[in-house]
Amino acid sequence: MSNEKDWPLWEIFIQSKRGLDHKHVGSLHAADAQMAVENARDVYTRRNEGNSIWAVLAEHIHASKPEDQEAFFDPADDKVYRHPTFYPMPEGVKYI
Amino acid sequence: MTNKEALFRYAVRMGDNSLVLGHRLSEWCGHGPQLEEDIAQANIALDLIGQARNYLTYAGEVEGKGRSEDDLAYLRTDREYLNVQLVELHKGDYAYTIARSFLFDAFHLALQQALTTSTDERLSAIAEKAVKEVTYHLRHSSEWLIRFGDGTDESHERAQNALDDLWRYTGELFVPDEAEEVLAKAGVVPDLADIRAEWSATVDRVLKEATLKRPEDGWMARGGKKGIHTEHLGPMLAEMQTLQRTYPGVEW
Amino acid sequence: MSENKEEALFQAKVDAEQKIEPKDWMPDAYRKTLVRQISQHAHSEIVGMLPEGNWITRAPSLRRKTILLAKVQDEAGHGLYLYSAAETLGTGRDEMVDQLLSGKAKYSSIFNYPTLTWADIGAVGWLVDGAAIMNQVMLCRTSYGPYARAMVRICKEESFHQRQGYDILVTLCKGTPEQKAMAQDALDRWWWPSLMMFGPSDKDSPHSAQSMKWKIKRQSNDELRQTFIDRTVSQAEFLGLKIPDDKLKWNEETQHYDWGEIDWAEFFDVIKGNGPCNKERLTARQKAHADGAWVREAAMAHAEKKMKQKAA
Repeated sequence: MSNEKDWPLWEIFIQSKRGLDHKHVGSLHAADAQMAVENARDVYTRRNEGNSIWAVLAEHIHASKPEDQEAFFDPADDKVYRHPTFYPMPEGVKYI
Repeated sequence: MTNKEALFRYAVRMGDNSLVLGHRLSEWCGHGPQLEEDIAQANIALDLIGQARNYLTYAGEVEGKGRSEDDLAYLRTDREYLNVQLVELHKGDYAYTIARSFLFDAFHLALQQALTTSTDERLSAIAEKAVKEVTYHLRHSSEWLIRFGDGTDESHERAQNALDDLWRYTGELFVPDEAEEVLAKAGVVPDLADIRAEWSATVDRVLKEATLKRPEDGWMARGGKKGIHTEHLGPMLAEMQTLQRTYPGVEW
Repeated sequence: MSENKEEALFQAKVDAEQKIEPKDWMPDAYRKTLVRQISQHAHSEIVGMLPEGNWITRAPSLRRKTILLAKVQDEAGHGLYLYSAAETLGTGRDEMVDQLLSGKAKYSSIFNYPTLTWADIGAVGWLVDGAAIMNQVMLCRTSYGPYARAMVRICKEESFHQRQGYDILVTLCKGTPEQKAMAQDALDRWWWPSLMMFGPSDKDSPHSAQSMKWKIKRQSNDELRQTFIDRTVSQAEFLGLKIPDDKLKWNEETQHYDWGEIDWAEFFDVIKGNGPCNKERLTARQKAHADGAWVREAAMAHAEKKMKQKAA
């Protein structure tokens, strides 16, 4: 139909309240960064969901690959000593 | 004109300006140039209609004859509508819509900012909320006007044409009618000359960035403030009021 | 890894109710089915703005006007969320939109019916959104992660849509005889097309079995349709309106309503393009897209100029 290229895709992250993480909410199209932030305001915070917005060009996001999943994440499985519950505390010891 | 009569007319005017522009912007819903922009424009329309409801409700209370926001919106003729002509013009192409919004928003923001210090508590309360909304409206319309002016040859030409066409409707914004004179004297509303200075500065700043030419001040249309309108308003109201007029006095 | 082994792993994930994410291996047919279904769903939201948008400028009170505008705007948002979800599968929004505008892609047939009176806005909210919600609630558990997440967001927002429609009808049915007749007329025209929204009967639904296996769909067309009818009858009774189906009757044994027969000839006709508003809907979308072309170009041109200035 048309050869016109669509505006670039941006991934949108919203912080819903001060002190919380910015969370990925979805994506949208915008011609530039300023428009991306404003479009995110209109698209993703219509019901008071927002306190702060990040917009990132989708092509700038680098992701781990599913085929690397085992090599990346399984080795953490047996490192139980990283968790506090690994260390039994003697009866009567407090504040630790 | 008593202060009360002036206040009634003023609240009606402010409500009509917001309602008529909000209605025009709502005509884009489902027909916008890009999905994201469709959503943005609807948000602006919603703000404006919300403002209109506040003003018309207040106008009804000032008048004291029991007229509601809907009585005022749906049961007045175009000769009783007091908005400036700028807001009633058809929606045109997107450059026309953006240029009109820009010219109005620049005025609207300066006015609402001044109204936050109004001695009338209701007017200042409404302005308090409206300033936040209109700040965003002006930002949106300015940025788009800059995109058009500084975009392609076609968009530049469309934006310049729109400005040239619309310019003659900007004079009316700053010519006070009797109600505005009475209220300005009482310190309830700002002097429109001050608003004009601020408006003019905003217009110059944005047009410069947009590489657009500020049209010369020539003949200026007026009449909206006393209910003399363009041919655009009648059909718009006929459409808007159709149900209320066809089935008088029922609940919806 | 061999294709078969990949597929077995994929199915095992699906069976274990693990979500499939964009970069995971997936069968081509799964990807294609999803792009088709999600983009159709997105198109439906966008085309669906038109019949309701038709009444924004005529809404009978300022309150109703803002509600309707906010609702139609939500549909635009929902279309956008869905296009976003489909884009994670590697198909651009521009490509999907082109398919809609060229008439190749389908959208829900319900939006090819006209909204003739204000009561239609009530009926669309109550019945059309009501039927859509049944489907959408199911899709919150669909196997493809981005689709499921979009649906969760949509369902949260959608809940007011059905209520506002019903609220319009409650007001009309408490009003004058003329208003009540308007409501009945709307129900008469929207009832059957709403039932058609669930799609063909399971026995005639070509993609259903595979979609169920992949857990894209979680309930069959007929199941959803029956649940919708069971829930809606009492709502109609409350309004004092009559559902236009003489065979509609409570069945004590099945604990469901028995009901009449959908006119499937009409259903397939509208899908083929022979509905009352097919042409108008498509023309409106084509016009918006064509009229907006210079706007989109201008924004891009300006953005590129700015980038260059920054780089220089």
